[in-house]
Amino acid sequence: MSAIDTAALPAPNFLARDDSLIAWLTTRDHKRIAILYTLGITFFFFLGGAAATLVRLNLIEPTGTLLSAATYNKSFTFHGVVMVWFFLLPSIPVTLGNFLLPLMIGARDLAFPRINLASWYLYMLGGLFTIAALLAGGVDTGWTFYTPFSTMFANSNVYLVVIGVFVAGFSTIFTGLNFIVTTHTMRMPGLTWFRLPLFVWAMYTVSLVMVLATPVLAMTLALIGLERGAGVGIFDPALGGDPLLFQHLFWFYSHPAVYIMILPAMGVISEIVACFARRRVFGYTFMTYSMLGIGAVGFLVWGHHMFVSGQSLYAGIIFSLLSFCVAVPSAIKVFNWTATLHKGDISFDAPMLYALGFIGLFMFGGMTGLILAAPALDVPLHDTYFVIAHFHYVMVGGSVMAYLGGIHYWWPKITGRLYSEGWARFAAILMFFGFNLTFFPQYMLGYLGMPRRYHSYLPEYQLLNILSSAGASILAVAYLLPIAYLLWSLRYGARAGDNPWNARGLEWQTSSPPPLENFTRRPTVREAYAYDETAP
Amino acid sequence: MNGLHLMPPVASSVAPRLDALFWFAVALCAVVALGVFATIVFLAVRYRRGSNASRAGGSGRTLTIELSWTFVSFALFIALFLWSLFLFTELHTPPRDAQTIYIVAKQWMWKTQHPGGQREINTLHVPLGKPMRLIMTSQDVIHSFYVPAFRVKQDVLPGRYTQLWFTATRAGTFPLFCTQYCGLDHAQMIGSVVVMAPADYAHWLRRQGTPSTLAQTGAALFRSRGCSGCHGTNAAVHAPELHGLFGRAVHLSDGSTVIADERYLRDSIMLPNLQIVAGFAPIMPSFAGQLDEDEVLALVAYLKSLATPEQDLGASP
Repeated sequence: MSAIDTAALPAPNFLARDDSLIAWLTTRDHKRIAILYTLGITFFFFLGGAAATLVRLNLIEPTGTLLSAATYNKSFTFHGVVMVWFFLLPSIPVTLGNFLLPLMIGARDLAFPRINLASWYLYMLGGLFTIAALLAGGVDTGWTFYTPFSTMFANSNVYLVVIGVFVAGFSTIFTGLNFIVTTHTMRMPGLTWFRLPLFVWAMYTVSLVMVLATPVLAMTLALIGLERGAGVGIFDPALGGDPLLFQHLFWFYSHPAVYIMILPAMGVISEIVACFARRRVFGYTFMTYSMLGIGAVGFLVWGHHMFVSGQSLYAGIIFSLLSFCVAVPSAIKVFNWTATLHKGDISFDAPMLYALGFIGLFMFGGMTGLILAAPALDVPLHDTYFVIAHFHYVMVGGSVMAYLGGIHYWWPKITGRLYSEGWARFAAILMFFGFNLTFFPQYMLGYLGMPRRYHSYLPEYQLLNILSSAGASILAVAYLLPIAYLLWSLRYGARAGDNPWNARGLEWQTSSPPPLENFTRRPTVREAYAYDETAP
Repeated sequence: MNGLHLMPPVASSVAPRLDALFWFAVALCAVVALGVFATIVFLAVRYRRGSNASRAGGSGRTLTIELSWTFVSFALFIALFLWSLFLFTELHTPPRDAQTIYIVAKQWMWKTQHPGGQREINTLHVPLGKPMRLIMTSQDVIHSFYVPAFRVKQDVLPGRYTQLWFTATRAGTFPLFCTQYCGLDHAQMIGSVVVMAPADYAHWLRRQGTPSTLAQTGAALFRSRGCSGCHGTNAAVHAPELHGLFGRAVHLSDGSTVIADERYLRDSIMLPNLQIVAGFAPIMPSFAGQLDEDEVLALVAYLKSLATPEQDLGASP
């Protein structure tokens, strides 16, 4: 798949070609599919955000007067389902990964362009089922579908949501498969494994996890359907089943799924920190091994979600020990990003602000994860707002900050335009403060004992809940701002040029936006972070 | 709005020690976080674009640095793990002299049964300073029993018994929450634990005025449901002897051995073919669907009352 050396004239970029709706909906260009995905996940992000808004508004009053208990339960369920499966899990891989993976390895497209398009259709089909469930009256099982509640007791639209997530799961598997094959077979000559950008390593590792974990989710969801529909006793003890079996299967998937959400973020942050510190990432080899380590050990820690579930003391101890082990590579990464700044030439453009915000919030979320990995401490904290705060620090403070950082970093490459730097910095800073105001009080609520998924609560928890809801309104503004200035830049933004950050990756050697075939001249392969050398 | 609360009440023997570990972990996190934060700020200022700090020379000993912070992190994590392990094991090991109370959870209430036959809904009265062990089960979905002031929590499962123990160290009324999402009125599945001085507790138990103890209710069920037809002293059927069973090691037909605790007794009534006692034919019918959880608990309490004192694990008063 080498690029064409002979093209003398600049090829039309991928956006400027046939832009009829049919052309977009039948495209096999990984860049256009990335744009389609971006539209999809942005839509679902704001849909999930609307559900979160209802939840936070309801919790301003201890009596929860805004929503009925039924509506509240459906709101947090919808928020969880949409944000996990239709935003966070796909977010970075299907947008930035789809767009950048071939560019970063000097390929013309992914290995299976048709399967890539099929994954987008599967994702949208899964999303349609989920929206259909909402329109049919919603679902109230919580995103975790715990049995026997979800199979025998819930009266809501469990099938539609389960089918939606089941279908979207195949989209994840296809994407993973595509990335694995592409990384193995389509790297440019000379681009050896340990010259790959860490973003490519992140995409490769996360693809392995996707392909290995997602089938277990599909099977588990199918078993829910079987018990709910045919009354086959799998999880409900009244039918001879075992309710904990569901939790084992679900977390065997869902804990690796946490790494599906965070590994790509780590890849994005590595690229941004290196570029804006103008340094090779400190401990590059350690970074690759730590990602693989997280991917592998991440499969062995699911039981830390079940310390109070009734699993045995010894299972609890082993899962706790393994959870502390999986934290080591994450700690290494934080230290290495910090060390990358040493002797750098650091500028603080918007992507770097997002990246620094990520490091702080991810570190805080990770460390409170250590507290939860200690089973004696998990006993009082489990299923309280402490857990909510912890995973929002990792998922929202971590993954979403990294996703937005990546969008800002590669925006000039994707669109050929520059956004307003001032607005972008303002949004990044506002997001950081809004985020902390929203979720830090939730740690305190959890320590005080407020359980999660409560439609109403004791009056002594009100002040902290009001602070959290106030923070959420700031956060909402901070999330809406980029929509405004990024859309504005499409029309009015200055031309970006091919390499506005003077970055080193192969993707910066082609024009912005790139032509359909990605490269008109064969790019020069160098080390991923050759910031000590002068630009070509 | 009641102003800002920072600490939940400390009202059980284990709570201060869990708090100590919690604050140690928080302090550890704070030190590391502030260290990383200060380093980032220092480096960001010193090596900002345009500053004249020297960039000459790289960090030569990369591997040494990498290995050192890998092992330091790992050592700190293991310290946290070991401290937590010690407390977690204690949380799982009720003292031998703990008194037993039975809890049945259902959408959306907590039902309490005291061994003396006293029943409560959404409250639990316990004596101050006495270790209490709760045997819990659910009639429908999974619930979770959580008392923040005691720092204890345990999921309550349908179809099996889970247990939890605590020693209350402060008199008063403390909130009890269900923390496992259980449907529409999950947030209403709250109650309170009332901790009383032992004399007041004894007085309270007497005032409840129950016709029979839990074990007596169980004894009546043992006869009316036909258990005594096979397991009674004069029965012609070859069935295991139940006197002195509780707390004893039972040899099973597959060669393994189990201790006859509450969970074993429950399983033997509801799923009699799961664990066949060595030397007996699997002829007992299942009582699943025929007894509700309250009745099973009464039968279990009766079988426990047949234990000889030195074999009694969870001594009922």
